[in-house]
Amino acid sequence: MTGQRLGAAAETLAIPIGALASALVVFGIFLAALGRDPLEVYALIHRGAFASAFSWQNTLARAAPLVLTALCVALPARVGLMIIGGEGALVLGGLAAAVIGHGLIGTAPLTVKLAMAAGAMTIGASWIVLAGALRHYRGVNETISSLLLTYIAIAVFNHLVEGPLRDPASLNKPSTAPIGDVNMLGQLPGLDVHWGLGFGLVLCAAMYVLVHHTTYGFAFRVVGGNARAGRLAGLPVGRLLLVACALGGAAAGLAGMVEVAAVHGTANASLIAGYGYGGIVIAFIARHNPLAIVPVALLVGGLAASGGMLQRRLDLPDATVQVLQGVAFMLILASEALYGRIRIFQPRDG
Amino acid sequence: MTPLGWWGVPLAVLGGAVRVSTPFLFVSLGECITERSGRINLGLEGILVTGAMTGYAVSYVTGNPWVGLLAAAIAGAVLGLVHGLVCSLPRVNDIAAGIGLMLLGTGLAFFLGKPYVQPKAPTLPSISLGGWSDSPQIQAALQVNPLFVIGLALAWTLAWAFRNTRWGLVVRMVGDSSDAARAMGYGVRRVRTGATALGGLLAGVGGSFLSLYYPGSWSEGLSSGQGLMAVALVIFARWDPLQCFYAALLFGGAGALGPALQSVGITSGYYLFNAAPYVLTLGIMVATCSPRRTLSGAPGELSINR
Repeated sequence: MTGQRLGAAAETLAIPIGALASALVVFGIFLAALGRDPLEVYALIHRGAFASAFSWQNTLARAAPLVLTALCVALPARVGLMIIGGEGALVLGGLAAAVIGHGLIGTAPLTVKLAMAAGAMTIGASWIVLAGALRHYRGVNETISSLLLTYIAIAVFNHLVEGPLRDPASLNKPSTAPIGDVNMLGQLPGLDVHWGLGFGLVLCAAMYVLVHHTTYGFAFRVVGGNARAGRLAGLPVGRLLLVACALGGAAAGLAGMVEVAAVHGTANASLIAGYGYGGIVIAFIARHNPLAIVPVALLVGGLAASGGMLQRRLDLPDATVQVLQGVAFMLILASEALYGRIRIFQPRDG
Repeated sequence: MTPLGWWGVPLAVLGGAVRVSTPFLFVSLGECITERSGRINLGLEGILVTGAMTGYAVSYVTGNPWVGLLAAAIAGAVLGLVHGLVCSLPRVNDIAAGIGLMLLGTGLAFFLGKPYVQPKAPTLPSISLGGWSDSPQIQAALQVNPLFVIGLALAWTLAWAFRNTRWGLVVRMVGDSSDAARAMGYGVRRVRTGATALGGLLAGVGGSFLSLYYPGSWSEGLSSGQGLMAVALVIFARWDPLQCFYAALLFGGAGALGPALQSVGITSGYYLFNAAPYVLTLGIMVATCSPRRTLSGAPGELSINR
């Protein structure tokens, strides 16, 4: 590795870590101003997120859907599209999985699981491709249309879950009929974490290889850098845009399937938990690099996992971790301005 | 069945529209100012919730809801300023910063507002225009809140100011062509930051309506995404403050249609009515966009147009 590349690598690590450290300082001052001991809070966050097997298990379970929804932002971002509608793809994917899972009860469990995953990924992919196609063929801004599509997806979801698809047995929490215990995704071998995390890790690795080490991924990045240059070079820009949207949407749909088939066993309002928005945050912190998504999702998942412990031990509101997350994200975004401005990371003969 | 029968439906929709639309009106006017200056703020949801919490808490502590309203406006302006300043830095994506602000604002509101979930704070009074009628339904429908009137006046004022004042022209120029603004000697970043802070102020006021008038209490589930909708509303209204008023009424009315139909026995499709405004907005975007032309009426510098 040349000095220049080493400098750039050090820069991409040092700047976000510095921003994260300053977020801890800012939030610590905030806590101290409220009469709390920041060190005690940080120690508890560490205990709740990463200190024991149990807390790791909690962290990993929360990180699993976030990894997948982050891919739904990161992949379209590589072709220059800013999709914020992962929540809609997740919700519809979960609904599709629940319907398929219930409908196929009695079939071999492996077939059911594969059918659930395929259905969820197809509907998630179509939902995001819709936003990409509107952008490419009609010039409709994909950020706004994906946001609108999310609201439409949630309305359709609520309509179906509380109406035609409602299981009469679900009294106080309207849900679809359960998919049955045999059809639930099991735990990863040797770990107390469900298969969703495995899907996320495999997809992240595959997408990293695709984007950074194949010609097709190179075409993604060319289009993302300058779509006009891509068109002049003869790249099928429209198809690349739609494929990136389809891959991202499939990941978000799969997140919905995982939530249904590994956690809830049915589709209900618990699916609308903001994983789509969490994914946006993670993708931006990871600078849309599929491999960087994993550690960032672990941090965000760990933070979420420690919320309960802060509430029990220190009687802090469960929104505490959300404030820390917001402060950290704003500072990390602001730190984008520092790239290329810090002397020691720049090549000498620049 | 109600005494008014089917006539109760349009009446309830109108009353509901007037009642529910006020926060929509304020967030959309705020977003309108921000977007006219060439910047988008997706974080109005966070500002709205913070405004609701601040307004309620201050009203509870001081005993005066109008002081609460003022505090909500200030809190909104501060968060708007944060967004404005962060977005002024080079290479910062304003969409992502908006999502961050949404997280930060709702987090702060839930964190600081925890002690105020239980107590009852004084709320804003309402203006009754239905005294002439004996029907309690008509009276209920014509209970107008003061913020609705202020919002309507504000929409008129803004529409006039964008056309006729130096301030309005500067904001529009910065939003349509930063090069022209720079050539005229106006600071693009300063104008945008100011417009974002002002937009935040209005969103804070919209939030205080939720906690100080209707539903009139503070809880974590208070907002149903009115702040996020602001972006859709402004597109629907074509960046025109007066149209924002009608769009807010329409969005509010669509939300009130479900419960109104429920009262006459139609219970299905409740959620689909709620989605109607989004479908309409998306339809408008599809109909007016083409690969060669962006939305008509959109400020030229807006990142969502590129």
